Amino acid sequence: MNNRDYILLVVAMGVVTYLPRMLPLVLLSRRKLPGWFAEWLELIPPAILSALIAPTLFTRSDPRILSLGKPELLAAIPTLMFALKTRSLAGTVIIGMLSYWLITSFL
Amino acid sequence: MISTTRTFSSAIPAGFAAAWPICLGYFPIGLSLGVLAQKSGLAPWQMALMSLLVFAGGSQFIAVAMLEAKGAPVTIVITTFMVNLRHLLMSSSLSLHFPRASRRFLALFAYGVTDESFAVNMARFNRGDWDRFSALTLNQTANATWFFSSVLGTYLGQFIPTGGYGIDYALTGMFICLLVFQLNSAVAAVTAVFAALCSVTAYLWLPGNAYVIVASCLAATTGFALKRFAKKRGSCS
Repeated sequence: MNNRDYILLVVAMGVVTYLPRMLPLVLLSRRKLPGWFAEWLELIPPAILSALIAPTLFTRSDPRILSLGKPELLAAIPTLMFALKTRSLAGTVIIGMLSYWLITSFL
Repeated sequence: MISTTRTFSSAIPAGFAAAWPICLGYFPIGLSLGVLAQKSGLAPWQMALMSLLVFAGGSQFIAVAMLEAKGAPVTIVITTFMVNLRHLLMSSSLSLHFPRASRRFLALFAYGVTDESFAVNMARFNRGDWDRFSALTLNQTANATWFFSSVLGTYLGQFIPTGGYGIDYALTGMFICLLVFQLNSAVAAVTAVFAALCSVTAYLWLPGNAYVIVASCLAATTGFALKRFAKKRGSCS
């Protein structure tokens, strides 16, 4: 691929990435949203965070299969408990890394 | 006036300080992206341009792999669009927190909306000690880390040792804690559990990244219906 084509490619990639990030913010921010829609949007953060994490913990990729004993899942148990108990982000990240490190080095 | 200035000048350091788990997670991922890019024949400036214009980790890994496999540019662009479409939901949800921001501010802020910055910004907005300049600073700090680590990776090539000390788990740990912050009601907890079930099922059955959007829309709608149902029951009795 020559330089001109590469630049065109990444510009196009940039545009299709930017638009979904930008349009809702610009279109919705200064508007009074209908009550039901705002209520629905408030449930998006717990839903999307959980949806992002779950496959990392419970599945393997390539091929995609269910997997219930991954180090990621085992390390998530102390990490989750620590987060629920302390609500400390710094502490949770460190406990998570430490658990994962111990599990992957000794199992 | 004085209080406005004070707020503004403390908003930026607060944004920096809150970005550290993201940076810790991005650094090794950015490096490995750079290493892969270099191996598949991309020059450092090409990596720099992609990280600057796209700034979306997952789709950049896919793009590098597709470039190496001589994939059609149109396919790469469509894949990028599909993979990043989930940010549509995140930006919609974030929009609740910017009632007074200018269009120009929002256009700049939107550039830095990623899974990670979304999660941290939402948690802080909910806690109530956050303002839009902190949020913007956090986005840009994360972006700078991503940019420099991915470019650095193209120079360092294979000299990089693979992640030790559990650093691969930094972002997962961060997401687990930020999810806990979001569990502020029974409905939110039910929504999260249902989202995990839907996500795993959709991940196994649907191609690509569709699972994120499908699962979060399904779960948010179910949670919403549940809340409405509970309210109706409550008002009857």
